[in-house]
Amino acid sequence: MLKQIEGSRAVAETVAMCRPQVICAYPITPQTHIVEALGAMVKRGELNAEFLNVESEFAAMSVAIGASAAGARAYTATASQGLLYMSEAVYNAAGLGLPVVMTVANRAIGAPINIWNDHSDAMSQRDAGWIQLYAETNQEAADLHIQAVRIAEELSNPVMVCMDGFLLTHASERVDIPAQAQVDAFLPPYEPRQVLDPDDPVSIGAMVGPEAFTEVRYLAFERMRRALDVISGAEADFGAQFGRGSGGLVKLYRTDDADLIVVALGSVLGTVKDAIDELRDDGVRAGALGITTFRPFPAQAVRDALGDDDRLRRLVVLERSLAPGAGGVVTADLRTALATGDGGPRGAIIATVIAGLGGRPVTRPSLTRMLTRAARGELPEFSFLDLDTHLVEGELTRIRAARRSGPTAENILRDLAGRS
Amino acid sequence: MPYQRIKFYQTGSFAAGNRLLPADLRSVQSSATRANTLTCGHRACQGCGEALGARYALDAVMRATKGKLIAVNATGCLEVFSTPFPETSWQIAWLHSLFGNAPAVATGVAAALKAMGRGDIRVVGQGGDGGTVDIGMACLSGMFERNDDVLYICYDNQAYMNTGVQRSGATPPAARTATTPAIGPEPGNAFGQGKNVPLIAMAHEIPYVATATVADLRDLEYKATRAMDFHGARYLHVLVPCPLGWGSSPADTIKVARLAVESALFPVFEAEAGEVVSATPVRRQVPVTDYLRLQARYAHLFRPEERTDVIARIQASADRNVSRFGLLQDHHPERKQPALDGHLSAEGR
Repeated sequence: MLKQIEGSRAVAETVAMCRPQVICAYPITPQTHIVEALGAMVKRGELNAEFLNVESEFAAMSVAIGASAAGARAYTATASQGLLYMSEAVYNAAGLGLPVVMTVANRAIGAPINIWNDHSDAMSQRDAGWIQLYAETNQEAADLHIQAVRIAEELSNPVMVCMDGFLLTHASERVDIPAQAQVDAFLPPYEPRQVLDPDDPVSIGAMVGPEAFTEVRYLAFERMRRALDVISGAEADFGAQFGRGSGGLVKLYRTDDADLIVVALGSVLGTVKDAIDELRDDGVRAGALGITTFRPFPAQAVRDALGDDDRLRRLVVLERSLAPGAGGVVTADLRTALATGDGGPRGAIIATVIAGLGGRPVTRPSLTRMLTRAARGELPEFSFLDLDTHLVEGELTRIRAARRSGPTAENILRDLAGRS
Repeated sequence: MPYQRIKFYQTGSFAAGNRLLPADLRSVQSSATRANTLTCGHRACQGCGEALGARYALDAVMRATKGKLIAVNATGCLEVFSTPFPETSWQIAWLHSLFGNAPAVATGVAAALKAMGRGDIRVVGQGGDGGTVDIGMACLSGMFERNDDVLYICYDNQAYMNTGVQRSGATPPAARTATTPAIGPEPGNAFGQGKNVPLIAMAHEIPYVATATVADLRDLEYKATRAMDFHGARYLHVLVPCPLGWGSSPADTIKVARLAVESALFPVFEAEAGEVVSATPVRRQVPVTDYLRLQARYAHLFRPEERTDVIARIQASADRNVSRFGLLQDHHPERKQPALDGHLSAEGR
């Protein structure tokens, strides 16, 4: 059913149709609306589930671990600091192979504290062993949750559905909310691979020493490789059943003849496409590669998408997180993908652009300007979009001038206030 | 109806009078059909109080739940010595997740069972004092506060033994650990620190809180059984001497635990909905030195000269327990002794 609906609400209604049995909630912006809506559904009797208000995100993921191990479909949502606070349990859920599904309403990580969107939170957990899916639109955010439950349970591996905080979670737009019968037809009941059962007791979570730890980890790696097929399969089945394309490994936009390709994740792809259309109008052969599945990294799909001839291609990786001391997280994976395996373009010049940190708007004019430079070969290998260099220089001058230069964030805010 | 109460003093005896009792009053451990929840072959040290306490407590819970039990374990000695895979000593459904989250994981298991209509299966969370009073405190308090249907058992050996005897929030004053060495003018752990988690649990006004030791295993069985009469959050705090960490003889584990009770350093009581409903009386209070002398972690209180000042402070804390919990029988002759009363009400096989 088509609805004009807030992204969080759309996700909550869709998650409810996935029939979660245990939902744990701990408030953190911008994820709160999702669990609030689910809590209300449980309280009204519309959703038959246990809804727990826990004391921390660490507890939220721990409750999900216990619930999943006991054979229930478990769901939670978090963001930012909350994801970091539960990090130990995030790794643990994956290590135990428990198919928990979690929404991450992507938000920056402090300090400085910042409630707005970027991908630093989810990127920090990229090696936790979770499958990570990034939604481009609220429709896709809703759809990905249905697929996530199926993928998680088929593989016995947890799945994180990442949706941009505020940009998606708080945006009202048209979403086709599926019917319960459609979701039921797509999602078989949860049949756990391992379960705590007094009638068939097993020990789960034993210590594993050097004699077998590598093998256990190898199997986690192998499971992620298998996940690529399972994710593609879920995308195909979903498309057949629901009549729309959502999910999968990568998305292509006007890449066929493109020699300038933007690589990005999440909602920024919408603006990127607009910028590409504008560049195309100006005769620049631009396209975009959207990465929907970031973990496992779809290296082959990326290579296939970028073509396999000797034609020069400029790739601009738009990163919504920063790896201080290294650069861009997605860039590193992209470079690895292009340097290994079969196929892929033999001539690719890769530039990393850090953009949209802590809610900084990524506007079409900024993107168009940056991509025009990229098309001319003027973009450096690493840059920040819309960086206020004057503000940065002011603080650098202060740091050079005095040992006790004071707190950086506060200095910069003062400078900024002084401008007006 | 007047009756003669049978008392289980268990001084130096392993039998605890079982053969004198009707079958349904005998201890859980005396039954050939006990669950052997934590079965033999594990790697606990000789004289380990925790292995003993866990076996008695969980076998009693298994009997009370007719085998419908799932246990969640915090990281720690109990987890490490029981499950070096492919070996496991657990004969029940058992899950280990992390060090600090056992109460929350247990909550999740209980929530799942409720959601799946399996309320007949009960849940126990368990861990050592580090996993409970320190790193697991937030999850424990959250589980209490929500009154989740979980019995949490803390096996308190008063330090981080698994990592090599470091101080925890349950380490008593003056005790030597690897991080509170017996050096300087105030050797060992500081006074005025540490948490009393049974009292903290009571402050949550959960249905049932009890303390026990491995010196009175009938009492431990009773309390583990009694805890299962309640639904909601329950807490059982069991003092389990650690020969390695305490520097006591493995043969003295029971004796040391008994002296902790008889010196009144460790009050044994139970509470319902935040109120103490019974305290196990101390028949003859012994000086704390009787307890301290058996443990090398207190050796610095006796050599090179006796630290009477420090010992007096420890004695004062024991005496405070006497008045706080009414531990001397003479003061509270009407206070009930829980062991037999409990077993009279407990289900037999």
